[in-house]
Amino acid sequence: MDDFIAARSQMALSLGFHIVFACIGMIMPFFMAVSHYKYLKTGNTTYRNITKAWSKGVAIFFATGAVSGTMLSFELGLLWPRFMLHAGPIFGMPFSLEGTAFFIEAIALGFYLYGWDRFNKWFHWITGVIVGVSGLASGILVVAANAWMNSPAGFDYADGRYLNIDPIAAMFNKAWFSQSLHMIIAAVAATGFAVAGVHALMVLRKKNVAFHTKAFRIAAVFACVAALLQPISGDHSAKDVAKRQPAKLAAMEAHFNTQTSAPLILGGLPDEKTGTVKYALEIPGGLSFLAHGNFKAEVTGLNAIQVQNRPPVAITHFAFQMMVGLGMFMCLVAVLYFIAIWKKRSWLQQGWLLKLFVICVPLGYLAVEAGWTVTEVGRQPWIMYGIMRTRDAVTPMPGVAYTFYVFTSIYLSLSLIVVFLLYRQVKMVPFLYDKP
Amino acid sequence: MLYVVMAFLWASILLYVIMGGADFGAGILEFFSTPNSKPKTQKILYEAIGPVWEANHMWLIIAIVILFVGFPSIYTTMSIYMHIPLAIMLIGIIARGTAFTFRHYDAVHDSMQRVYSKIFMYASVLTPFFLGIIAGGAVAGTIDTSANSYVSAYIFSWLGFFPVSVGFFTIAICGFMAAIFIIGETDNAGDKKRFTDKAKHFIIGALVLAVVVFIAAMVDGVPLSHWLFGNPISIACMSLAGVSLIWLWILLSRESTGPLRTIAGAQVTLLLVAITYEHYPVLINLKNAKGLSLIDAQGGPKTIMSLGIALLAGSGFILPFLYYLLYSFTNYERE
Repeated sequence: MDDFIAARSQMALSLGFHIVFACIGMIMPFFMAVSHYKYLKTGNTTYRNITKAWSKGVAIFFATGAVSGTMLSFELGLLWPRFMLHAGPIFGMPFSLEGTAFFIEAIALGFYLYGWDRFNKWFHWITGVIVGVSGLASGILVVAANAWMNSPAGFDYADGRYLNIDPIAAMFNKAWFSQSLHMIIAAVAATGFAVAGVHALMVLRKKNVAFHTKAFRIAAVFACVAALLQPISGDHSAKDVAKRQPAKLAAMEAHFNTQTSAPLILGGLPDEKTGTVKYALEIPGGLSFLAHGNFKAEVTGLNAIQVQNRPPVAITHFAFQMMVGLGMFMCLVAVLYFIAIWKKRSWLQQGWLLKLFVICVPLGYLAVEAGWTVTEVGRQPWIMYGIMRTRDAVTPMPGVAYTFYVFTSIYLSLSLIVVFLLYRQVKMVPFLYDKP
Repeated sequence: MLYVVMAFLWASILLYVIMGGADFGAGILEFFSTPNSKPKTQKILYEAIGPVWEANHMWLIIAIVILFVGFPSIYTTMSIYMHIPLAIMLIGIIARGTAFTFRHYDAVHDSMQRVYSKIFMYASVLTPFFLGIIAGGAVAGTIDTSANSYVSAYIFSWLGFFPVSVGFFTIAICGFMAAIFIIGETDNAGDKKRFTDKAKHFIIGALVLAVVVFIAAMVDGVPLSHWLFGNPISIACMSLAGVSLIWLWILLSRESTGPLRTIAGAQVTLLLVAITYEHYPVLINLKNAKGLSLIDAQGGPKTIMSLGIALLAGSGFILPFLYYLLYSFTNYERE
């Protein structure tokens, strides 16, 4: 394996692994806080049991997320030293703030997990909320750093030198808001659907129905609200990308030729050599409207981008379509759920609605992975958009392929163990929480 | 502000050595426990470090973030030439943290527990060993930025008698600090006695390995004695550390509950002061080239300014909260 491809694969794998754990560690604390609040207000012990059961999941995910995050902070240098040499002082601000947020999260989690019946009950509850808030802050900050790679700001670049560095301006780059917002909503939706789906499955199997129904409802509301908000944020992101990174937008949409009234291409097989898309469904003027809010507007195509500056089209296009498709499906489930709550209470008793949630368990995370693929692959060949190429940033050390193999096996085994642990947690619910 | 940032870097390295070191030491103690005492050791250690272990390891993140934001050329030089030991250390950190958490949170207690324990113990020994190698390699002047072969650039940058001996010494120090820490966490006289003996063994081990480190320094041509005894401050630190070690030994022999932790913490601090004083402001020594100094490697003025403010503000949140966590879950108030 080529060292450059190995380095990119290792980075992709590490990020792809970490993002799942980061989402859960960031969002689950809010579910816990709601359930915990209900327990404190109503005294219903089922809510306490749900909170405790969830907190065990959070402990497992947080620990895995914390170590894979530690790994990433080193990997940036291990794999991309020439990037970090210049980028570190510019986009480091969000990382130094994130260090604080992450530290506070770890401390608060210690209080929360081990603090049952030890502290004032509201102090204990608040520590749980702090876990969530600081996790959320970490997420926003890290995504702001990534946004800087898409939209470099806070320095002047001249003759290969990086001058007048302003880390605050770098942090508040043009992409930070749209990217962070999209990620946070995605994290809520993905985690919400995953948690709701697991509990829905247990309700369908008629196991501890009272416990799982209450748990399902908390997670489902979070998931569905987020799923409905996401298209709005997605639209904002797409318009933003159209302005800042026309090459990425063109690759996402497999839009090869600059034209007015550009059609929106659904599905299809893009062929980069001939610049055509086979077997696609085209909506006339759709892309112009989505990118610029006008059915007639001109949309920059890949032909306007120099060949050596074009991102891979097929991967970006497939990943984008997958993300949007999955998002739409979750949106539909959310609509049905809200109809059920407000108009058709009888649906809640019927299996099909719960089954839809079970199907959604992995979908949110698949959409998150697909979305990151769009962001990262769509930025290629740049590591710092328009300034530094990814190939120029890679470590000079040969043999990265071997570390890639080692870390692949580690991440694979960790994923298997985590799934195994969750399976055991869920299986043990009747024994742990059903004591008369 | 540069000095504030440097102070934070120094403090986070120190705190990582103390808190993270004692944390690694917990696994090292488990490693060196007899099969009979292992379950009990595990239980006491779990109660002591369970709530705080994640916070203990944050100091490493703080240090690394300070390096890559404030002193990028130092971070990237380390990343390139220490790639292999850093990767192994990361594997250790991943394996250790997850095994420790999984062991506790696995809903079913069966033979998997033994697997988690094994991974936890081995990773607890491996990780500080490689941390020691990295630290040793960074100061030994073995990094050769003009090397033209794979082996001399990426292997002999860290694989040498001196770095490896520092690795072993680090294991002993971690075990020593965990043993001292844990004495105060138990009320059972038998356990206290066992951990006191362990602490003494680790002190003897550390002293023997310190001698090995000095021999290795001489063999590899590392001016270690000059760093430790070449100026009045370092000499004073080393003498204080020596005297306090005797004091600690007497306290341990009398099984008295003196300020054991404070002494052990002070010793590590003195050692770090002694070694960094002569080095300052150089962080990494290179082969056939000028060492990388914190002053030369600093990022732009706005970067250092905002980093310093972020660190000052952050510590305002972190330190009281962290203190209360440690106060609540460990027995610091007993000293």
